[in-house]
Amino acid sequence: MNEFQEIFIKYKDLITLAVYGSAIMLIVIGLYAALVKKHLVKIVIGLSIMEAGVNLLFVAVGYIQNGTAPIFSPGNENSAAKMVDPVPQALVLTAIVIGFAVTALALSLVIRLYKHHHTANIDQIKSLKW
Amino acid sequence: MKKLIIFITVAVLTYTLAVTFKDIPFGENRIGDLNNPGTVSAYYLQKAPEDLHVSNTITAVVVNFRGFDTLGEVTVLFLAATGLASILYRKEDEEEDERITLKSSSLVRTGAKILFPLMLVLGLYVFIHGHLTPGGGFQGGAIIATGFLLMLITYKRFNTNHNVMVWLESIAGLAFVGIGLFGLFRYGSFLQNTGWTGNLNDLVSGGLIPLIYIFIGIKVGTELTNVLDILLKIKPRKN
Repeated sequence: MNEFQEIFIKYKDLITLAVYGSAIMLIVIGLYAALVKKHLVKIVIGLSIMEAGVNLLFVAVGYIQNGTAPIFSPGNENSAAKMVDPVPQALVLTAIVIGFAVTALALSLVIRLYKHHHTANIDQIKSLKW
Repeated sequence: MKKLIIFITVAVLTYTLAVTFKDIPFGENRIGDLNNPGTVSAYYLQKAPEDLHVSNTITAVVVNFRGFDTLGEVTVLFLAATGLASILYRKEDEEEDERITLKSSSLVRTGAKILFPLMLVLGLYVFIHGHLTPGGGFQGGAIIATGFLLMLITYKRFNTNHNVMVWLESIAGLAFVGIGLFGLFRYGSFLQNTGWTGNLNDLVSGGLIPLIYIFIGIKVGTELTNVLDILLKIKPRKN
C-alpha cells in the first residue's frame, strides 16, 4: 500500500464530494447561464460548461482507486486488473467531438442572427417571439 | 415568476444528481472478473490485447468494437462543418477575400514559422500511433488544425488550398466507408477486422485499426482547418 492509497482511504468522503460536487456544480452553472443570460454567446458558453460537467462526471464514475490508464504499453502487458474502465473514456471522446460540432454550428447561427438583427441580445430579437 | 421557474428547475436538477450519485461510491472497482467477463468493460479489457493485439483499449473500443458509432460521429462532424459553411456562405466577389487580423510582430511570425512544421509532425505522430499511445485520430487532427490556426492568425496571406482540403476530406471519408464495405464483403459484417493482427505493441498491429484511425485523423484535421478558415474570414458589420 503506497502513500497515495493511504491518503485516498483517509479522505475518501472528501475526495468523493470534491469530484462529484465539482462536476454537478459545473452542470448547474451551465444550465443557469443558458437559462438566465440574455446574450446569445453567453448561452452557448453555458451549454459548453454544462457539457464539460457531464464529461467530468462520466469519467469520474469510471475511475478505479489507484488505477492506471487502460493502455497495455511495454512492461504493462499483464496489468489489466489495475486498469480503469475504458468504456466511459471512449464515450467521452465521442461526446467531446460532438460537443465541438454543436458549438461550432451554434456560433455560426449566432453570427448570422447578429448580422441580421444587429444585436445578439435575445430580448431585442423581436421576430423570434410569437 | 420566470426567476422562480428557473430556480426550481436548477434546484430539482441539483437534488436529482446529488441523490443519484450519493449511492455510487467513487473509485470502486465495478469491472468485475476479467477472466470470466460479466461486464462490457471486462470483455473489452480482455479481448483488446489478446485477440486484436491493440495496446490502447480506448482505440480498440472506439474504432473496432464501436466502429459503426465512430462512422456516425465522423458524419456528424462533417454535417456540422457543411452546415457552418452553408450558414456563413457569401459570394466570392461580395467583399475581398481576406482575413481581418492585426499585423503580427516579427517575433510571432518567426515563432509560428518554426512551430508550424513541428505541430504537423506531432499531429501525424499522434494519429499514426493511435493504437499504441494515448491519443488517436481526433486528437491528432485537432493538433494539426491548431498548427493551421497559428499560421492563419499570424500571416494574412497564408491560405489553405480549398480544393486540396475538400478532396483529402472526401477521400478519407470514403476510405473509412470502403474499409467497412471490405469487411462486409470479405468477412461478412460491416467494419469486420482482418484475422491478421500482428504482435502487441508493434507499429503494424491491430489489423485495420491503425489504417482507419489515420483516415479519421486526416478527415478531422482538414475539417477543423476548414471551419477555422471560414470563421476567420467573417467581416465585422459595416455601420
